[in-house]
Amino acid sequence: MEKTMEKKLTAKDFSSGLPVKWCPGCGDFAILSMLQKTMANMGLPLEQYAVISGIGCSSRFPYYVSTYGFHSIHGRALAVASGVKLSKPELAVWVITGDGDGMSIGGNHLIHTIRRNIGLKVVLFNNRIYGLTKGQASPTTLQGSKTKTTPLGAIDYPFDPTRFAVGLDCTFVARGLDNDIAGTSAIFERAARHTGTAFVEVLQKCVPFTDKEFDSLKDPATKEDQLLRVEHGKPLVFGKERNKGIAFRNFRAEIVEFKAGSVPAEVAVYDETNADMAYLVSGLTHPEFPTPIGVLKAIRKPALEELYYDQVKAIGDTKTQELEALLAGPDAWEMK
Amino acid sequence: MNNTKNSRNVCVSQLDSVTVRFAGDSGDGIQLVGSQFANATAIAGNELSTLPDYPAEIRAPAGSLAGVSGFQISFGDESVLTPGNKPDVLMAMNPAALAVNLKNMDKGSVIITNSDAFTPVGLEKAGYKSNPLEDNSLANYRVIGVPVNTLAAGVLKDSTLTPAQVLKCKNFYLLGILYWMYGLPLETTKTWIKTKFGKKSPELAAANAKVLEAGFDYAETTEIFDARFQLKKSPVTKGKYRNLTGNEAAAYALITAAKLLKKKLFYGSYPITPATEILQTLSKHRANDVVVFQAEDEIAAICSSIGAAFAGELAATGTSGPGLSLKSEALGLAVIAELPLVVVNVQRGGPSTGLPTKTEQSDLLQAVYGRHGESPLVVLAATSPADCFHTTLEAARIAVKYMTPVVVLTNAYLSNGSEPFRIPKLSELPKFQTSPLPKPEDYKCFMRDPETLARPWTYPGLAGYEYRAGGLEKQNVEGNISYDAANHEVMTNLRADKIARVVKEIPPTKINGPEEGELLVAGWGSTYGAITTAITEARKTGLKVSSVHIKHIFPMPADLGTIMRRFRKVLVPEENSGQFRMLLRSAYMLEPLGLNKVQGQPLNSDEVLCKIQEILRGN
Repeated sequence: MEKTMEKKLTAKDFSSGLPVKWCPGCGDFAILSMLQKTMANMGLPLEQYAVISGIGCSSRFPYYVSTYGFHSIHGRALAVASGVKLSKPELAVWVITGDGDGMSIGGNHLIHTIRRNIGLKVVLFNNRIYGLTKGQASPTTLQGSKTKTTPLGAIDYPFDPTRFAVGLDCTFVARGLDNDIAGTSAIFERAARHTGTAFVEVLQKCVPFTDKEFDSLKDPATKEDQLLRVEHGKPLVFGKERNKGIAFRNFRAEIVEFKAGSVPAEVAVYDETNADMAYLVSGLTHPEFPTPIGVLKAIRKPALEELYYDQVKAIGDTKTQELEALLAGPDAWEMK
Repeated sequence: MNNTKNSRNVCVSQLDSVTVRFAGDSGDGIQLVGSQFANATAIAGNELSTLPDYPAEIRAPAGSLAGVSGFQISFGDESVLTPGNKPDVLMAMNPAALAVNLKNMDKGSVIITNSDAFTPVGLEKAGYKSNPLEDNSLANYRVIGVPVNTLAAGVLKDSTLTPAQVLKCKNFYLLGILYWMYGLPLETTKTWIKTKFGKKSPELAAANAKVLEAGFDYAETTEIFDARFQLKKSPVTKGKYRNLTGNEAAAYALITAAKLLKKKLFYGSYPITPATEILQTLSKHRANDVVVFQAEDEIAAICSSIGAAFAGELAATGTSGPGLSLKSEALGLAVIAELPLVVVNVQRGGPSTGLPTKTEQSDLLQAVYGRHGESPLVVLAATSPADCFHTTLEAARIAVKYMTPVVVLTNAYLSNGSEPFRIPKLSELPKFQTSPLPKPEDYKCFMRDPETLARPWTYPGLAGYEYRAGGLEKQNVEGNISYDAANHEVMTNLRADKIARVVKEIPPTKINGPEEGELLVAGWGSTYGAITTAITEARKTGLKVSSVHIKHIFPMPADLGTIMRRFRKVLVPEENSGQFRMLLRSAYMLEPLGLNKVQGQPLNSDEVLCKIQEILRGN
């Protein structure tokens, strides 16, 4: 098991070798192999990674990665991971969660993780259903969807995790698709290098319960008309013929069509450092608009662990004390 | 020192101990004056014990009965183990403070009041129809009315302070009077005043010091004060001391444990009365490898600490009853993942929000049993404010040795109360031990130390020991997920056996008194002072009674059953409806008697003494 970094690790080195127990065809397999590859590419040894999860299908993830891993309790992965990261800031800490675990029972922790900008890489697998408990509506289940707990169709308004994170001013927000290996791998590489909280939503179907969920975003015939691949510094262009773009008039999005190759000036040029633009673009919803994927937001702001240890460093030299002096404090007296 | 002068011929009497209670508006600075007085008695060489008693509201309406804040201190020789039962002296800052506390005063005791506060408005707020200082209703008490507002204003008549600032100095006037009465030095308080106000406002510092001295001189020169008292000193162990509250003591124990382990301390917590001072105290010590995380809720508080334990640091969290309920699911995770964790639970009156600033011992069963599944962990209980240090340190030692969560039960009485704490030398501190790490090729994440059954504590950063674990049941030794029926039972038994082995850490139970006889009083945790005082009093009157005091609640001391069986009767006094009694009954098939108080107030020694008399004389 001894690892030295003289030998470059491969994705295979990041496999724990345990049998993976997701349903055949589940998008989790692709995400697992993409993340193993990302971890190998980062050049860190196995022991420098901690993969933390909550409860749900996605949360079995740590068992399949050969790093340190902790499969915690429902909704609490981010809280556990915060303790790992703040106590050992040198570690690369990845959090694997789902739409139930992260957006419902763990919603409070997600809000506060983003607020603190603590250096966690958060991957939220969104299949819009509670899969492990066999098919109940989740906070991302679309209105009208029939599930075991919504036989007449869901009436709750759903969360859009990406828009949620952008709205909370998360410093890195991206959305990927489980079958878009190139695009989603690129997102993971950038998330891995981000300082602060990196939030990545991955859209994936659940074979037994939401098998058709993102079909139109994946069907080769329709996907380029349904997906908006967002890239920093590039115009918001989409369509099989690359002949459509997004323009904003009075802060409202419009689709403009043009002759491929001659993008009109009114088509917005994406700026991932612009929080307001990220919010507008994250609001483009299916089926009226294409679904944005890619890195929607990336800004550099000091992370919690940087602020914490900088503060400690600033007072460190003057305040560090030997144990006996520390216990005595300023007001001890001597009894003879 | 000017307090040695005795120009008048005042009689000085010797006392073993005395109990003084300060009472006034919650905005009056009562806690501050009380703790200054406590420090002065400590430096004078007295044993002492304090009990702050304050309302849940930060600032209840001024002068109202609901807004009365109290601070009680008992000081004197080594017999002082509690803050005392009934005050010998009440320092009442206003009519409401008098009205609230009078029912707890014996006839003949002393009442010193600020007579300027006995205005028609003040009297009405306190529910008085007439002025008790004038209507003879206090004829059975020794009442000393001092027009403090007028006197303090007179002292500061040349000062440039505002009238409101002048009025704020009035507490120090009464404090000065008390320092005279008990021959205490003014120096510690003067130094404190200088440190506290000196930089911000030298004028305010000077004014407070002047008022303090004026109070002292007033008592010295005014004939209404005709008696001074000298308290017997406590024959203390030599060494350095400081006055600590139970919460501060717990915080310092956690820092000490981390330093002994050469690890960081991670403390994840959420503010909750009466545990918040632990979080605040630790927040001041970030430069000493203390990582403090104020979490978004109680659940995140414990989960972040579990994360830090997984990451290989000494992890702790603190809370009070309702917070312990919120943490109970995560405690199950720490149990099954076998991670070390210290949970300090500062008990208060429950259930729900209950009596958030008052004391109780009612989370005992929650601590021992309050989790889903079979989820054994270690429970310890502290016996005094200073003992919160030793018990919390012991909890950390057991947690890392046995790879288990340990709950420390303190309560509002211990956490807010204070007493002198002897600062231990490094050589006196316990040794911390963790299971030795095998070679990476021999390592399995749920292999066990044959002696303690603890698994090795490996953590991210250690190369070659990478492992995956969590809340799912694991295969014995290997640690992979296992749904095997027989394996679950094996693991359940191993987890229980591991906790049972902690019994080896418990020293033989000390019996206070004869080793067998008619009556054994078996207490636990915070009632130590009251029970010990009651036993001493009972023996003085010829009653044959012994006591044991239990700090190790789960597992219990191995010799406890044998000891209890040597007595015809066992009495269990506790601040709940009989939770420890229930544990004893189920563990030893005994039928102990109970003395139960659920009033948000600590059991006092008189109540325990009465019960002892009732049992023994009823024979």
